[in-house]
Amino acid sequence: MAKSLGPVKRKFSPWADPSAVPFIRFENITKRFGTFTAVDNLTLDIYEREFFSLLGPSGCGKTTLMRMLAGFEEPTEGRILLQGKDISGVPPYRRPTNMMFQSYALFPHMTVEKNVAFGLEQDNLPKGEVAARVEEMLKLVKLEQFAKRKPNQLSGGQRQRVALARSLAKRPKVLLLDEPLGALDKKLREETQFELMDLQTKLGLTFLIVTHDQEEAMTVSDRIAVMDKGLIMQVATPAEIYEAPNSRYVADFIGDINILEGTVTSTDSALGMPGSVRIDCDGIAVSVEQECQAVKGDKVAFAVRPEKVRISPDQPADISANAVYGEVWDIGYLGDFSVFLVKLADGRVVRAAQANVSRLVDRPITFGDMVWLTWPLDAGLVLTR
Amino acid sequence: MASVSETHPANKPNPARWLVVAVPYLWLLLFFAAPFLIIFKISLSETTIAMPPYTPLFEGFGAFGDFVSELDFDNYLFLTGDPLYIEAYLSSLRIAVISTFLLLLIGYPMALAMARAPTMLRPTLVMLVILPFWTSFLIRVYAWIGILKPDGLLTLLFRSVGLLGVDDQVQILRTDYAVFIGIVYSYLPFMVLPLYSALEKMDNTLLEAASDLGCPPWKAFWKITFPLSLPGVIAGSMICFIPITGEFVIPDLLGGADTLMIGKTLWTEFFGNRDWPLASAVAVILLIMLVVPIMIFQNQQKKVA
Repeated sequence: MAKSLGPVKRKFSPWADPSAVPFIRFENITKRFGTFTAVDNLTLDIYEREFFSLLGPSGCGKTTLMRMLAGFEEPTEGRILLQGKDISGVPPYRRPTNMMFQSYALFPHMTVEKNVAFGLEQDNLPKGEVAARVEEMLKLVKLEQFAKRKPNQLSGGQRQRVALARSLAKRPKVLLLDEPLGALDKKLREETQFELMDLQTKLGLTFLIVTHDQEEAMTVSDRIAVMDKGLIMQVATPAEIYEAPNSRYVADFIGDINILEGTVTSTDSALGMPGSVRIDCDGIAVSVEQECQAVKGDKVAFAVRPEKVRISPDQPADISANAVYGEVWDIGYLGDFSVFLVKLADGRVVRAAQANVSRLVDRPITFGDMVWLTWPLDAGLVLTR
Repeated sequence: MASVSETHPANKPNPARWLVVAVPYLWLLLFFAAPFLIIFKISLSETTIAMPPYTPLFEGFGAFGDFVSELDFDNYLFLTGDPLYIEAYLSSLRIAVISTFLLLLIGYPMALAMARAPTMLRPTLVMLVILPFWTSFLIRVYAWIGILKPDGLLTLLFRSVGLLGVDDQVQILRTDYAVFIGIVYSYLPFMVLPLYSALEKMDNTLLEAASDLGCPPWKAFWKITFPLSLPGVIAGSMICFIPITGEFVIPDLLGGADTLMIGKTLWTEFFGNRDWPLASAVAVILLIMLVVPIMIFQNQQKKVA
């Protein structure tokens, strides 16, 4: 756990305010490399002081999008606006953005101090001011005593801090972070995530982070854009992305989820409450309480997160509830959670996760047991895309 | 506590390992140290009209006292006394310094272009740099005579494009210019290859980082690319500078009577004047002169490692 959590995170949602002016706007951006389309007619708004994540598998165009904002690539079509101004054609060395590279890209022939000072020296700031700013930055990342070292005399975590200090030294309007924590081990990564959030709040900067690590994106971001094949699949807060994914792709990409394909049998009044949908998933009838565009006969997917599925050896009292019956086929013990893979009679597998609240070594449910899986009406989701 | 190195099998004395290490040292002993000692001894002898043309090298251990007392440094004193030799040394150094500088000037952009070329193309470009080695060095230098001589190819070319009148001729052969052309041409691969290997290793994102921090490309070259290629610059310069200083063939074939280089002087003393002791002294001083840059080079290499 992080040592200090810093100021309490504010309620922050400029994207919900229709009068708010976006800080960065990607407007119908397309980027092609030869015949390959890396980014496909994409439009995206990012607001001032936002911690924004671009999340997706490798090759989804997230890095290309960031590199276009930094100026290393020019969009094939469309334009990028920064504070309302079109920055197309502006070379990287004249853009008010700074980037922290995945490889850190520290200058190996310069000391830590010189690395951090590099950007400031390009602005021809007076020597005293440069020195003061470098000291301030090194203090910020707790590396004061390493000022005279060369990058190859530092550990991976320390190098990451130097890279961060160097990219923050010029106080950029936007800080771009390209897989910033990829090279760190898990413990250090988690710690650094909280430090990054702290720093962002303290400095009041706009952060744009590219990552393929969904946990990282969930932890640090105000909003996440989930990308696939050059398109944005969903832009929302971490909680919305997790609890209300808009498509099979997003639901599957973020976290663990059970997806059952099915057909809508009835909507609304059938269960006597507004917004309810009944789906037949090849013999399994499920009910979901959700506002939904789907109508009777539509092919949809039913999705439910494993931690929302209850596992029990006893048959539920209310037989009308969402329930399936099957055999425990495998158990994944994760320490804090156990994941049960339950095989239904027709061979489909449904996962249920249970928090290990007691320190029992012998669990009451084990391999080969016949169990009932149940979930409440509001636990599942209907995915039409 | 027993350290790891003592128990590690690779650190145990092993006869086969010693053999592998000994071969290059034996080679150097046989073909560098021994000849050098012989040359050094000759340089301390006196000229005689005999075969070989110097007082004997060593007349057995019985005459060891005589051997030591016969050694003298007259040849070295003679060298310092005669301005011809000092001028030849200085002229050699001048030509080597200028040539190395020209080589850097021409070789660096070449190496940089090669290192920035598409990955697919690079092996071909390296091959093209090495290609001249497929022909004898001598033939290539002779070819330059054909190009540079007054009625040679260069004259014909200049006449055909109107740079020269019908009766004019280029006057390059037998001047220092021809020597520079020959040296730069012959040594270019030795400059380009170390530079290329240093530049090719460079991480391109460093330049992106520099640009991102507000550094325009031309400035980034001097702040990032050039300092990081210094090991290549030093290696290339040394590999060229050292043999150019002692170069004989190129000034002999392309240079004029007034092209003064120590290699030519050495040749004249050995074969023209048959003064082997003096020629040996010239060679020993040349070697000592070159040891200094070699040591600087070694020192730099150590720092890089």
